[in-house]
Amino acid sequence: MKIKITFVLWLAGCIGFVQAEDMSSALNAGFKSINQVGLDRLEQDPLQAFCSKPREESGDAAVAAELRETAMASVVLPGNGDYLGSWERGQQVANNGKGLQYSDNPEEANGGNCYACHQLDPAEVAYGNLGPSLTNYGARGQSDVMLQYTWTKLWNTHAYNVCSHMPRFGAQGILTEQQLKDVMAFLFDPDSPVNNLAE
Amino acid sequence: MSGSKIISVAACLVAAVMLTGPAYAEEAGIFDEYRAMFGDDNPAIFVIEEGEEFWFASQGPKQATLESCDLGLGPGVVDGAYARLPRYFKDVDRVMDVEARLRFCMQELQGRTPEEVDDHPYSLRGDLGTEMEALVAWLAEKSRDLPIAPGQEHDKEREAYALGEAVFYYRAGPHDFSCATCHGQEGMRIRLQALPDLTTHEGAAVAYSGWPAYRISEGVVRTMGWRMRDCFRQQRFPLLDMGSDVTVALQTYLAVTAAGAPMAAPGLKR
Amino acid sequence: MAGKIRIRAQLDGDTCEVKALMRHPMETGLRKDQAGEPIPANYIEEVTVTHNDKVVVHGYWGAAVSANPFLGVRFAGGQAGDKVTVSWRDNTGETGEGETTIR
Repeated sequence: MKIKITFVLWLAGCIGFVQAEDMSSALNAGFKSINQVGLDRLEQDPLQAFCSKPREESGDAAVAAELRETAMASVVLPGNGDYLGSWERGQQVANNGKGLQYSDNPEEANGGNCYACHQLDPAEVAYGNLGPSLTNYGARGQSDVMLQYTWTKLWNTHAYNVCSHMPRFGAQGILTEQQLKDVMAFLFDPDSPVNNLAE
Repeated sequence: MSGSKIISVAACLVAAVMLTGPAYAEEAGIFDEYRAMFGDDNPAIFVIEEGEEFWFASQGPKQATLESCDLGLGPGVVDGAYARLPRYFKDVDRVMDVEARLRFCMQELQGRTPEEVDDHPYSLRGDLGTEMEALVAWLAEKSRDLPIAPGQEHDKEREAYALGEAVFYYRAGPHDFSCATCHGQEGMRIRLQALPDLTTHEGAAVAYSGWPAYRISEGVVRTMGWRMRDCFRQQRFPLLDMGSDVTVALQTYLAVTAAGAPMAAPGLKR
Repeated sequence: MAGKIRIRAQLDGDTCEVKALMRHPMETGLRKDQAGEPIPANYIEEVTVTHNDKVVVHGYWGAAVSANPFLGVRFAGGQAGDKVTVSWRDNTGETGEGETTIR
């Protein structure tokens, strides 16, 4: 509840002379729903609204802390503490950039598109750099802390970094629990190419 | 024997070359080399010709041409008009980009319906180009080398800039993406595709001045309006309407950030 | 606009530079449509460039050439006002051609 109130205050105070309702009506008039993608996609949740400030303006620290806590509380850890699936399948998820675009077939599984932003398998040269390199991620070890930290980053990155650019793969239902486990294995498994560095 | 002799046959666009990943590596300079092989060859020269023909073609229920369309510098003035857009138009009391204005002229002057004009403005897969793409290519050519100078005198022009900036940073959808997610930092790329930082003059100038452009991988000219629409598709947003206030606002934000840089369109892109 | 070829022919010293844009889907026959059905092959097989009705280029193409092919050709011996044509024939028997004069 508190988050909602501060959210409204922020919109009224900080968005310059573009009022929230003007923004909303411009967006709703400017887009059309198409295939499986409706205008509901244009609505922001409190976190998205907080992280939409122009020119890297920082928001209220108390609100940021609350959003982080809410994100952390929403994380669903895998049942029976089993974090790791198949790295082979995880590799496919990391390579697949499709899913949830109006041009995509909603019957097909979504991808994680990890390579768009991260280096992973060092043999893959077509990697982006919006996120840090994750090559040799497995060297960080498989302690419970590392596993839970990484799962949380994938599920809802905002639990650690409130306005991270990374999608919330678990919280937003982009990837299934099994796909997340597979991506975890791609990162941690000693046999995964992510952890097999060429000489 | 007339002495005619084949010296060289060049530049058939071979799909196989373009579909391999590393050919996209603009950072590594591979695409620059590839582009250099074209020299001053840009297939857009022919799309520009088509655009000029469309401008002078009698169309629609009124069987009229677009010759008296006012793009902001007076009826029928096309030289330099593109570089001065988006701008406020008194007759419609709103800010328009080139596509919004052409759309308006097609309806007003030629009597065409919004449904017909909006039906298919941008090429779909397998298309060979559209009227809108050709017209925009020709108009951009008529502003080549002229400084980008969008209107910022009228209140509505400044409002469009503010809305454009707000939209640029607006995160939404299942992936929480905004334009700024990819275009708000310097030196970034998705896979191997370099991303201009559109918040800086330099980045915005490179991006804005080069559209419309002939996209080698698609074999058609793409417009800035299409570029916006396709970015939003990848942002997991719905379909951006051609000529809508949102697209006009974003282009105003970009054009103002890029102001002063010379237009260099139609460009040539991967 | 299919079938019509846009051509430019310009003198550059004693050579003539021809540029031509052909509007053609150049389907390989290997792609599938949204419903998963194969899209039939449809590509240019034969290209001919003439100068004053004399063939200066005659080539065989295949499915590896991109959609809307852009052709650049240079030949010696052209004069301003001479006729230049570019024509194609595809695997379905369709043809396209365009004509211009050297500038």
